[in-house]
Parts: sequence; C-alpha cells; structure tokens
Amino acid sequence: MEALAHLAAASLTGDETKKAYAALSSGFAYGLAAIGPGIGIGYLVGKSVEAMARQPEAAGMVRTTMFLGIAFTEALALIGFVVFILVGL
Amino acid sequence: MSRAAARVAPVDPGIMQRPVAGEAPEVRISRDLLRRGLIVAPLLVGLCWVIWGPHGAASSAYGVALVLVNFALAAGAIALSARISLSMMMAAILGGYLIRLGLIFLAVFAVRHTSWISLPALGATIIVTHLGLLVWEMKYLAITLAHPGLKPARTSPQDSHDAR
Repeated sequence: MEALAHLAAASLTGDETKKAYAALSSGFAYGLAAIGPGIGIGYLVGKSVEAMARQPEAAGMVRTTMFLGIAFTEALALIGFVVFILVGL
Repeated sequence: MSRAAARVAPVDPGIMQRPVAGEAPEVRISRDLLRRGLIVAPLLVGLCWVIWGPHGAASSAYGVALVLVNFALAAGAIALSARISLSMMMAAILGGYLIRLGLIFLAVFAVRHTSWISLPALGATIIVTHLGLLVWEMKYLAITLAHPGLKPARTSPQDSHDAR
C-alpha cells in the first residue's frame, strides 16, 4: 500500500505510471500464481508420504506419480512466471 | 472405530525417520526427460529462429536449458533426501520448490537486459518445453504403471512357434 501511495505522490508521466503499475501488478500476479501450486504440492507430497508410510512396498510407484504430479503442478507457477516476465520485466 | 478406518493398514510410527527403500524412479524419469529435451531442443530453437530471429533462437536454447536443469534439480533433491528419511523428503520437496522458483527468477533476471534475449521466445519455450516433455513422458509412464509386467519380450518367430 505504501508503494502505491508513493507511486501516486510521485510526479510521473503517463507512460511511466503505466510501466510502474504494470511492474507492480505483475509482481502481485507472480506471487499469487506461486501460492496455488505451493498449496497443491504440499497436499500432493503429504498424501504421497502417507501412502509410502502405509505401503512401503509401493513406494517406487508412488514416487513416480508424485514426481510427475509435482512437475505438472509446478507448470502453473511457471505460467505465472512467464506472465510476470512478459509484463513486468 | 468405523468400518473404513478398520480397513486402513496400520502405520509403523518410526517410518518417517527411516530412508525410503528401493531405487530412485525420479532420477530415471529426469534422465528420460533430459534425453527427450535434447532431442526436441533443435526443433524448438529452429522454430523460435523462424518466429523471433537469432535472438529468439538464443533465448529458446536458454529456456530449454533452464527447464532441463529445473527437472534435474527436482529429481536430485528428491533422490538425495529420500536416502535420509521421508520427513527430509517432504522438506526437500517443498523447500526445493521455492528455491528452484527463485533460481529461475534469478537466471532470467540476470539476462533480461542482454542484447541476445527475447522474452516472448524465452517464456513460450519454458512453458512448451516443460509441459510437452511431461506429457511425452507420461505417455510411457502410464503404460508402465498400468501394465508393469507386460513389457513385450523380443522373441524370434521360431521361439513363439516352439512355445505353442
């Protein structure tokens, strides 16, 4: 909020203001985009560890699917990151 | 105790502190992804050259390298921590996720103003390579997981005739 107040108080031209708001909002977007996959990976890993603890003999299969699940979930964060670099950097 | 709870297998309380037995499947998957990534890299780089020019090709090569290193780091962290304990594996995966996102950010931040970078090409390559390689790998893994014992053995027609 303080950053927004500074931004409003600063004497910027229209183009500079637009750039500043783009950088700010893309930063927020990346932060928000990283939270969802973080929750997803936490849930996925928690359940996988539970499965490995209950059935250690199936650990190999669980780890295989867990790794792919993590990678797919991480793709969401990467999409947020790409939006960030295209808009904010 | 409910009937559903009675069906659940009991858990050894000390299992979270023990290493996970068996080979590391994620290292094998990561090696597969790396091999396939190197196969498709020239195609992606060529495509980006056509669309964005030489800067696009260089950015695309950088993007492919970022994705492959990301996969290798993820697999390495899981494989190493699984040798210690299940608890360590959980910590390594969640911590590794944040660290790898930070590393990708730093890797892109470091080159953002260089003369050879094209951010649209880099972004498109990161998403396409990451998702494309995963889907390609999943096609093989789905078959292996569904039918673990059905890998066809190479036999000569004479052998199959004798077996009858």
